[in-house]
Amino acid sequence: MFGRRSLLRESLPIVGFAAVYMAVASMVESEYHLLTFTLVAVWATMGLAWNILSGYSGLVSFGHASFFGLGAYTSALALKLFGITPWIGIPMGTVVGAVAGLMIGVPTFRLRGHYFALAMLAYPLALLYVFEWLGYQEVAVPLMRENAAYYMQFTDHRIYVGIAVALMTAAMILSRKIEISRFGLSLLAIKQNEAAADAAGIDIMRNKLIAIVLSGAVAGTIGGFYSMVLLVVTPPSVFGMLTSAQALIMALFGGVGTMWGPVIGAMVLIPLSETLHAELGNVIPGIQGVVFGLAIILVIILAPEGIYWKIRDKLRAGRDDDRRPVDASSAAPAEPSEPARIKPGPDAPIVLSVRNLSKNFGGLKAVQDVSFDVPEGAIFGIIGPNGAGKTTLFNLLNGFVTTSSGSVSYKGGDITGLKPNAVCRLGVGRTFQVVRPFLRMSVLDNVIVGAFVSAATDDQARENALAAIELVGLGGAAERIAGSLTNKELRLMELARALAGQPKLLLLDETLAGLGSSEVEDLLAAIRRIASRGVTIVIIEHTMQAMVRLADTFLVLDHGQVIGLGDPKTITREPRVIEAYLGKKWANRA
Amino acid sequence: MGTVAIVTENILQAMAAGLLIGCIYGLMCAGLGVIFGVMRVINFAQGDFMMLGMYVAYYFVTSFGILAIMGPYAGPIAGALVAGPVLFVLGVVLHKYLVTRVTGIRVAGLEGEGHFAQLILTLGIALVLSNGGLILFGSEPVSIRTPLSRTAWELGPLMGDAVSIFVNKARFVGAIVSILIAGALYLFITKVRFGKALRAAADNPQSATYVGIDVEKAHRVAFGLGVAITGIAGGLVASYYPFQPYVGIEFVIVMYAGVVLGGMGSIIGAFWGGLTIGLVQQMSTLILPTQLQNTAIFVVFLLVVFIRPEGFFGRSAERT
Repeated sequence: MFGRRSLLRESLPIVGFAAVYMAVASMVESEYHLLTFTLVAVWATMGLAWNILSGYSGLVSFGHASFFGLGAYTSALALKLFGITPWIGIPMGTVVGAVAGLMIGVPTFRLRGHYFALAMLAYPLALLYVFEWLGYQEVAVPLMRENAAYYMQFTDHRIYVGIAVALMTAAMILSRKIEISRFGLSLLAIKQNEAAADAAGIDIMRNKLIAIVLSGAVAGTIGGFYSMVLLVVTPPSVFGMLTSAQALIMALFGGVGTMWGPVIGAMVLIPLSETLHAELGNVIPGIQGVVFGLAIILVIILAPEGIYWKIRDKLRAGRDDDRRPVDASSAAPAEPSEPARIKPGPDAPIVLSVRNLSKNFGGLKAVQDVSFDVPEGAIFGIIGPNGAGKTTLFNLLNGFVTTSSGSVSYKGGDITGLKPNAVCRLGVGRTFQVVRPFLRMSVLDNVIVGAFVSAATDDQARENALAAIELVGLGGAAERIAGSLTNKELRLMELARALAGQPKLLLLDETLAGLGSSEVEDLLAAIRRIASRGVTIVIIEHTMQAMVRLADTFLVLDHGQVIGLGDPKTITREPRVIEAYLGKKWANRA
Repeated sequence: MGTVAIVTENILQAMAAGLLIGCIYGLMCAGLGVIFGVMRVINFAQGDFMMLGMYVAYYFVTSFGILAIMGPYAGPIAGALVAGPVLFVLGVVLHKYLVTRVTGIRVAGLEGEGHFAQLILTLGIALVLSNGGLILFGSEPVSIRTPLSRTAWELGPLMGDAVSIFVNKARFVGAIVSILIAGALYLFITKVRFGKALRAAADNPQSATYVGIDVEKAHRVAFGLGVAITGIAGGLVASYYPFQPYVGIEFVIVMYAGVVLGGMGSIIGAFWGGLTIGLVQQMSTLILPTQLQNTAIFVVFLLVVFIRPEGFFGRSAERT
C-alpha cells in the first residue's frame, strides 16, 4: 500500500537477505560454485532491470539485451582500448545504458502492442550485427594481474560475489523505492489502464521514459560488470536473444511487478541451468536454453504472474474474507448533511465554453458544430439517444480525441488540443462510461492516483484521497481491492478518483448506467454532495428520469447536433427532443 | 569492361538475386501472415519452425538417397514439400495443447493484456525448439548440397557483350515453387469454403461463431497451415543456404519485416512484403558490407513500423 513508508525500514529485509546470501557464499570454496553465486546475482539484477520497465509499467520488452550488451562492451572496450579501470568503466556502462534507454524510449513508446514488442526485439539484433561489423566479434579483457584490485581481477572469487551482491542490493532498493513512491504508483496505474491514468493527470510519456532510463541504467551496469566476470565479450553472448529472454524469464518465473520476483527466479533457474550445463553441457549442448524455454512455458500456463504472486495469493486466500460488499450509505454513517445547493444565477461566471465544436471520423460527423456555456456551480446535463455523440463530445473536451474544428475554453483559457493529463492538471476531472478501475489496487490507491495531480506531497495526496472517498460515501471500503467491488461501488470509486484531483469541473460519463433504482439514488446523492462543494458538473446520460431531477440545464444531442438547450422541464416537452428519443409517433401525440 | 558496365551488372545481379530470394521470403512471410491474419498472434517461434522445416527437408533428401532417385531438381523440392505436412502436424499439436491456452476468441479481439502471454509462450517455444535443435542436430552448419546449389544460368550478354546476370539454379527453382504455393494459398483462402471460414474467423471471431464457424478449429488449422508454409519455405532456403539450429532468429526479423511491410494481417501483402525485403537485403550489399545486410532489414523494418505501421500492401478491407 502506498504512503507512510520509510525506505530505510523497507530496505532492512533486502540488506538482511544480501547479508545471508553473502555469508553463505563466503563459506563456499569452489571457484565454480562461486561463479554460480555471482551469476545468480547478475541475472537477478538483470531481471530487476527488466522488471523496472516491464513489470511496473506493463510494457513488455523483448530487447533488454540492448542495454546489457552496450554496458558490457563499454566496460570491456574502455579497459582494452584506453586502460580505463572497470571501477570507472562500469559506471560508464550505466550512463550508456541510461542514454540508450532514452534514445530507444522516445521513438518506441509511440508504438503500441505488437509493434512495440517487435521494435524492441529488433534493437539488440541490429546492434549484434553492427558490433560484428565493427570487428568486435570477440573482445577479450586483457589480464592485469599486477594491479588486480584496480582492474577488478581478483583471485579470490568471493570478491566478485560481493560486488555482484552489492549491485543486486542496490537494484532491489531502487526497485523498492519505486514500488512505494508516487512514480511507482503512477506506473502501476499506467499498466492497469493507460487511458484512465492519462485522464487522472498522469503524464504517461514522462513516466515511461523515466522507467526505461532507470531500467537501461541498471541493465547497462550489470552488463558492464558481466564482461569483467567472464573476461570475454561476444555479440551473441550479450546482444543475443537468449540475453533478452533470460532477463524476462527471471522476472516472469519469480513474479512480475515485485522486486522479489527476479531474485527468486534467478535463485531457482540459474543454479539449475548452470548445473545442467556443467553436468550435461558436453553431451547435451543446448540444455540451458531448453530449461529456460520450458520454464517460461510452464509459468505462463500455470502461474502467469510468477511464483511470488501465486504463493502470495494462496496465503491470502485463507484469510481474505473482506469481500463482503459495503453498503455505501451505511458505511458512511457520518454522511455529510447536504447543504441546500444554490443553483447558479444568470450572472454566474462561465467555467466551460464550447464554440462550434466538430469532429469527423472519416465521413461520419460524430459531433457537429456544438456550442454551449456552463456556468460555475452548475449541474449541466448532456442527454441524447445512443450514438448521439455524447461520449465523443467528452473525449473532445478532455483531449482524448483531437478536434476537427471549433474550440473549447476553460475559465477563459483555450484548452483545445491539450493532452488529457494536461487538461486534468488545469482542474478538469472525468469518469468513464465503461468503468476503468485499477483492479488489483486498493480503493485508496486507486483514488490516490487521482490525487497526485493536485497534491504537492504524498501525504497531501493521501489526505485528499481519503476525503474524496468519504465524500462519495465509500468510507468503509478504502482498503478493499478494487476487483472485489460491486458495480455501484466501482462507480463511486471512480467518482472519488476524479474528485481527489480537486477539480473545479467534473465530466461524468454515464455514471448511472446499468444501476438499479436504489443504487441510482446513492449516486445522485453523491453527485449532489460534490456539487454542493462548489464543483461544476457536466454529466452525460441517456436515461431521462434521473437526470430531470439532477440537472439544472439540459443540452440535447442527436446525430452529433444540438437539438435543444435549456431548463429540463421545458426541454423534455419539446417535440424535437421527444422525436429523437421516442420516434415521430410519440412526438405527434405530445 | 567499363565502370558503367560493372555497376550495371552488379545492380542487375543484386536485383535478380533479390527477386529470387524475395519470392522465397515472400512465401515464409505468407506463412506468418496466415497466423497473424487469422489469430492476431505474434509467433516468435516462427523462425524456429522454419529451422525445423530446413532439417526435415535436409534429412529427407540426404538420408533416403532421394537425391539420387529424384535428381537435383525434384529431390530438394520433394524435401521442402515433405516439410509441409510434418510441420502442419506439429503446429496443430502445439496449438491444441499450448497455444490455445493463451489465445482464442477471448483475446483475438483485444489488444490489451492477453497478447503478452502469447508472446511469452511463443518465445518459450522458440527457445525449446532452437536449443532442442542444437541437441538433436548439432551445431555444425549444413545445407542440401546439389549440383544446382553451385551452378547458374547465364542471362546475357545483355549490353553489348559485357553485362550478364547469373541466376543461381537452386534459388530459381525455390522461387518458382514459392510462387506456386503462394498462389495455391491465395486460391484456398479466397475460393475454398474452409478458407473463407478462416477469413470470417479472422474478421470477427464472435460473429463467426454465431454463423456456425468453429473458430477454435479455424485457428488450429491456420496455425498449422502457417507453420507448414513457412516450413516449406525453410526447406527451399535449405537448398542454397547453410544453416544451423539458431538460424531461426535471423529469419524471424525477415518475416516480421515482411509482414509489417505488407500490412499486418494481409496474406498477399505479406508475400509482397517478403519480396521487398529480399530485394532490400540483396540491394543493400551494393553499398553496405555483407555483415550489415540484416541491419539493413532492421532499419527498413523500424522505418516501416514508425512511419507507416499499417503497411504498404494490405488493404484494410482484405484483412486476410
